[in-house]
Amino acid sequence: MSDSLNQLKALAAPAELRRAPVVENNQGLGWLTDKLSAFAEGKTPLWWWILFIPAAFAATVIFPTCLFYQVFTGVGVWGNNHPVMWGLDIVNFIWWVGVAHAGTLISALLFLTRQHWRTTIGRMAEAMTVFSVMMAGLYPAIHVGRAWFDWFMFPVPNSNGLWPQFRSPLMWDVFAVNTYLTVSTLFFFMGMIPDFAVLRDRSTTRVRKGIFTFLAMGWTGSARQWHHYEKAYLVLCGLCTLLVFTVSSIVGLDFCTAQIAGWHATIFPLYFVIGAVFCGFGMVLVILIPLRKWCGLEQIITMSHIDKVAKLALVSGLIIDYIYLMEFFIAWYSGDPYERWVFGHRLFGHTYMVLGWMLIGINVGVTQLLWFKKVRSNLALLFIIGVLINIGMWCERFVIVVGSLYQEFLPSNWGKYMPTIWDIGLYIGTLGAFFMLYLLFVKFLPMIAIAEVKGAMPQADPHHRLGGAQKEDGHE
Amino acid sequence: MSDKIYGLMAEFNTPGDVLRAAKKVRAAGYHRWDVFSPFPIHGIDKVMGLKNSMVGWVSLAMGGGAFVSGFVLLWFSNAFDYPLIVGGKPMFSVPMTFVPSYILMVMGGAIGALVGMLALNQFPRLHHPLLHKARFELVSRDKFVIVIGSTDPGFSLTETRQLLESAGGLNVDIVEDKD
Repeated sequence: MSDSLNQLKALAAPAELRRAPVVENNQGLGWLTDKLSAFAEGKTPLWWWILFIPAAFAATVIFPTCLFYQVFTGVGVWGNNHPVMWGLDIVNFIWWVGVAHAGTLISALLFLTRQHWRTTIGRMAEAMTVFSVMMAGLYPAIHVGRAWFDWFMFPVPNSNGLWPQFRSPLMWDVFAVNTYLTVSTLFFFMGMIPDFAVLRDRSTTRVRKGIFTFLAMGWTGSARQWHHYEKAYLVLCGLCTLLVFTVSSIVGLDFCTAQIAGWHATIFPLYFVIGAVFCGFGMVLVILIPLRKWCGLEQIITMSHIDKVAKLALVSGLIIDYIYLMEFFIAWYSGDPYERWVFGHRLFGHTYMVLGWMLIGINVGVTQLLWFKKVRSNLALLFIIGVLINIGMWCERFVIVVGSLYQEFLPSNWGKYMPTIWDIGLYIGTLGAFFMLYLLFVKFLPMIAIAEVKGAMPQADPHHRLGGAQKEDGHE
Repeated sequence: MSDKIYGLMAEFNTPGDVLRAAKKVRAAGYHRWDVFSPFPIHGIDKVMGLKNSMVGWVSLAMGGGAFVSGFVLLWFSNAFDYPLIVGGKPMFSVPMTFVPSYILMVMGGAIGALVGMLALNQFPRLHHPLLHKARFELVSRDKFVIVIGSTDPGFSLTETRQLLESAGGLNVDIVEDKD
């Protein structure tokens, strides 16, 4: 017995090559259940209120004020005007869709590739997806100017006998964003059903018990239920993975089907997908790093997980850098004077060149810091890099949208764009609404997928010593 | 005892224990029984002899249906009911339908997966005899439970209890049906 153990030990990989455990200081399934449901059940801490009150103020005062003023008055309250008809509304739309994408990538694509570490951050990333798609979907709806005619975008039989024009990518966008919202919400909800059952069984008050009994829908955790559940989860993961690559591609198509210099490039669908994922990883870092500390989840969301998210941010950042290089190269290589003009002015023009250099400085420059392990293990620095990535990607969308529109083909047609206070107010309002919803989610719902994390533990493996495997079992 | 008996439940401490016990229950020839666990146990499907879940087919049917509906909708709205000339293209062509139909397929497939899962599990269900047992609340925590239903033809209070105890089951207990 001891001989074979020694042999095994000799064969085991050296410490630096061994896979990090999903959860550190693992003390069993009961301990994990207590730990993961503690925040949703405990007393609301002070930091939560300090964050919640300003977020709720932005969401319930600034947001409706800017929204209603714009809807009642018209798009003219924004800075949008000829020739820049797409301003902050579309910039923010793309930015919010982008933030959503990393959540789906983490929860769906990493599930398909069997990355166990995703279980601990998947739920938080999914919540980010659901709430940011909500914010994204709002923008096109009000950007049309007459929000009460939004139903024209859907194929609803009407007395005018008109139908939407389905050859336009803008029309595809309507379908893509609505599908994204629906599917990510379904996925989010379905993933929580077993965890609602956990909170139901742990609840001590009648009200809590009633609410979670209703939400858990009769979940008992039987093998037959898990059997159907796992299949449905797999199918949803596959479909969500399709959406990661589809939704932003279609947003990219909105641009590249237009003839505008700087937009009319075949690289756009890929460009927008990778940009979205990169931006989203920035947001994941911004959300994870403070929450893991304040909610006492250091042993669950380990440094190894943060390190992996940072590495994924680096990979997507490098692809983005490659795309920038290609964009500039093709603009030069095409020999098209308009293309060359637009791309030259992104960096050496006036007015917007600051944003162009911020884009390069952050997305090309700051991203390279993530190569270093010292940086990836420094939480404060990672948080700042996360914020910077979000700013950098916002600048990129601004440069693409406004930078191509303000100097069109005819110099007599040139103009400037400056966002007004209503543009900025609405953006602050959506940020507030996003963080308000996120804080409510963190406080009241299981913010970590309890059942999934348990399933990734050695105690959950019937073929592992800790899972109760015995010698005579052998291997299945 | 006025309540009907729903079945017998036995607790286990590890997934390994419950998997071994499940093999014995299956070998004893029971049909109406189930294993309850806080997470899906690897290999339990094979031990219990569960067939491939139908959820995938429900999803495929709804996703495929949505794809075809999208295709027909585009033909009907842009080529038949209100023919629309865009950029001198033909009134109808297959490529133009692909993206919206594909997106609708994803939507249909996702709704199919969720609805299929809920329907096959007979959700939503707000009452279950097992949810009245205090010990059963630990299943969502760290315990594993096997329940053998009283409707099983081989069910008998004494023999079934013996089987569960010999398989290593702890706290073997009667589950009442209070409905």
